[in-house]
Amino acid sequence: MNAIKKLWMLVLLIAVPAVATAGGAEFHLDKAPVDLEDKVSLQRGAKLFTSYCLSCHSASYMRYNRLMDIGMSEEQIKKDLLLPEGTKLGSTMQAAMDKEAAQQVYGVAPMDLSVIARSRTPDWLYTYMRGFYVDSSRPSGWNNAVFPSVAMPHILAELQGEQTLEVERYEGHEISKLVLTKPGSMGVAEYDATIADLVNYLVFMSEPAKLVRYKLGFIVLGFLFVLLILVYALKKEIWKDIQP
Amino acid sequence: MKLLHKLLGWVDARFPLTATWKAHVSEYYAPKNFNFWYFFGSLALLVLVIQIASGIFLTMNYKPDALFAFASVEYIMRDVQWGWLLRYIHSTGASMFFVVVYLHMFRGLMYGSFRKPRELLWIIGMIIYLMLMAEAFMGYLLPWGQMSFWGAQVIVNLFSSVPFIGPDLALLIRGDFVISDVTLNRFFALHVIAIPLVLVLIVVAHLVALHEVGSNNPDGIEIKKHKDAKGKPLDGIPFHPYYTVKDGVGVVGFLIIFCAIIFFAPDMGGYFLEDNNFIPANPMKTPEHIAPVWYFTPYYAILRAVPPMFGSQFPGVVAMGVATMAFFFLPWLDRGKVKSIRYRGPIYKIFLTLFVISFIGLGTLGLLPATPVYTLIARVLAVVYFAFFLLMPWYTRIDKCKPEPDRVTSR
Repeated sequence: MNAIKKLWMLVLLIAVPAVATAGGAEFHLDKAPVDLEDKVSLQRGAKLFTSYCLSCHSASYMRYNRLMDIGMSEEQIKKDLLLPEGTKLGSTMQAAMDKEAAQQVYGVAPMDLSVIARSRTPDWLYTYMRGFYVDSSRPSGWNNAVFPSVAMPHILAELQGEQTLEVERYEGHEISKLVLTKPGSMGVAEYDATIADLVNYLVFMSEPAKLVRYKLGFIVLGFLFVLLILVYALKKEIWKDIQP
Repeated sequence: MKLLHKLLGWVDARFPLTATWKAHVSEYYAPKNFNFWYFFGSLALLVLVIQIASGIFLTMNYKPDALFAFASVEYIMRDVQWGWLLRYIHSTGASMFFVVVYLHMFRGLMYGSFRKPRELLWIIGMIIYLMLMAEAFMGYLLPWGQMSFWGAQVIVNLFSSVPFIGPDLALLIRGDFVISDVTLNRFFALHVIAIPLVLVLIVVAHLVALHEVGSNNPDGIEIKKHKDAKGKPLDGIPFHPYYTVKDGVGVVGFLIIFCAIIFFAPDMGGYFLEDNNFIPANPMKTPEHIAPVWYFTPYYAILRAVPPMFGSQFPGVVAMGVATMAFFFLPWLDRGKVKSIRYRGPIYKIFLTLFVISFIGLGTLGLLPATPVYTLIARVLAVVYFAFFLLMPWYTRIDKCKPEPDRVTSR
């Protein structure tokens, strides 16, 4: 036992500094308040996503009728999301803007966002969408604290307002801070909550099965624990006649 | 009942059904003192069956085409009924296969299961392990994400470092000058039929060899030395019902862990399913940091630990190859008087502990970007790794062993 304990100590000694340095010099990521049980938040996020993001980005693996999973009716999907007349609910979410046109405007084709919350973490998305700042050296006039030299301009600037990046020196360290210089139509708390809804939706969209996965998991594990007790009792019974 | 009996008689006259059942199950005598470590053989078989079954259903919906592969995986995740479950079973199964096989191999190292008369059993097992690595590597290309693509790129490039034939060899594997649609198609063929077919056959050979020589046990002594008048080992018990029910407990225990991962953490924080693999493969954009999946990282770390010589990566590739192949020679490297760690002296225990530390340490380092400090640690650990094998004839001989018991013990 002692040898095993020592072994784990050594493993930790090797692993811990590795994890500690992995974060490195990057901008600090805020924790995204993801809650897939909050259907109202998911629906607000869906509306935000379709009215802003879908202008340029597609979500080509996501079907509109999948929004029924988060409690929207067919009528709501059509009306609240302002689907163009004749759009089939079973169709996937395509960008309003043509891909080639977008490439000409922004220099890169806007990426598909279906699984963005899996390739980028929710925390990254939450910080990124709140991390735009004014930078006159960029062609779009915008830059981002977590994604330097990003091609995308700040689409939600009318809501958030304008920020600037200020670098403070503190005991030899450089600390970057975003400061709101021109308020938008929303307050800081309101904008943060709006982005939380959007990220919540992106997490749902990246894996709709997550809504059933957890619930099913508890049932499966419950069944297996009962089965374990029964199988163990059977083993005890059959092994009774074996002398150690 | 009588009809059933008659039917069995009819079959037995034409096929050794009852005889096979008796020889391999109901009258196969296994030592009665198996402990926790003996669950992993049957669990490996279980995972093989899970992988084949879930794989068949995935194949029905997957498209091995560079244009459609990524989308078809998302189609499985969203539109195929229970597709997400099938995919998570298969992806979790891949990692759990290696967890179970590594523990199964470690059991062999602890109790000397590779020693005479089980050398061939061990070698067949090692062939299974190598086939499994090939199977996992080819399967990982199929989702056609960034890590699929660049991981395959890195590994296939290793082959091109072989002197003289290297570039042609890499070309033969890829079927193209870069990883492409052609590569995806051939890896698909190898992953779903060629390797599984061979894998199943050699697993059967592994079991046949096991039942020929009989199982080892935690005491590392032969139960066939003491038999009763009927020729049945005194310390042996029929596999069925005793070990079918005991392994049943192991199976349910394993399924609890397996399902907990599938339903609550299928990506295991990026170790079972890497974040970057949710970005479609892009040959024009190299990811900042390419790390293989966790079960290959010990060897990947050894590869990186060896400095290039004469401008060639080949020495590292050789070291990596030797690191995997070294296990084959264990039956002849071990000169200990006893098999089990229970009766070995302190030296073997120290070396085995160091070996486990080096294996896990290298595995951890293989996941991280190589920095000068990490490379230094990896070099030290790689030396420890090889020392376990190279010094084995010496340290197992001078080790002070304790006397083995005459009959198996339970503790």
